[in-house]
Amino acid sequence: MSSKKMAIIATKGTLDMAYPPFILASTAAALGYEVQVFFTFYGLQLLRKDLSSVMISPLANPAMPMPVPMPVMVQMLPGMESMATMMMKQKLKKHGVASLEELRDLCLEAEVKFVACQMTVDLFEFDKSEFIDNIEYGGAATFLGFAGDTDICLFV
Amino acid sequence: MNFDKEYDASGLSCPLPILKTKKALADMASGQVLKVLSTDSGSVKDMQAFAEQTGNSLLATEEASGKFTFYMKKK
Repeated sequence: MSSKKMAIIATKGTLDMAYPPFILASTAAALGYEVQVFFTFYGLQLLRKDLSSVMISPLANPAMPMPVPMPVMVQMLPGMESMATMMMKQKLKKHGVASLEELRDLCLEAEVKFVACQMTVDLFEFDKSEFIDNIEYGGAATFLGFAGDTDICLFV
Repeated sequence: MNFDKEYDASGLSCPLPILKTKKALADMASGQVLKVLSTDSGSVKDMQAFAEQTGNSLLATEEASGKFTFYMKKK
């Protein structure tokens, strides 16, 4: 029996939205799925060697639980994004949630295939040397070639 | 219950207990039993789901004051 397949399109480059693709991809791989993740637009940030620019903003994110109610006027102050990111990372660590780097490594170890959108790389003039090794570059047709034959296909 | 190997996933959250279980099973022989400790209450359902989807057998699940113990027999 051939293994089940899952394809994910990762389009977001924020800390909160980085977790679902990596969690699902690593877990599916552990369950025996063949997995491909296609990173496009801001999702490309998740393939950088250095993930420190992946942050979370309380601004325009009203569902984010805050220790104290925070008016939008305060959320827009300089440094709020760094502070929110630091607090979120502390919280994740305290609860034993893996870091993005760790989950990404577990994905690669489990042979999850990462595909970076060539068009977006060119569009934003990204330097490929800033991305991790072991990724491929391709376009929509590359993704659909795999996605057309999957059991699960998600857009994140 | 007898077991051949033990992995302590205490303090780890989803999906790490599952991923670490998978890794721990990797270098075990078919029929051997892995004991996994976890403090993640979500892992009770997840371990069942892992077993069902991978063909490994979840022989037993024990709970004692917020600590969970699983015995997984390798396929």
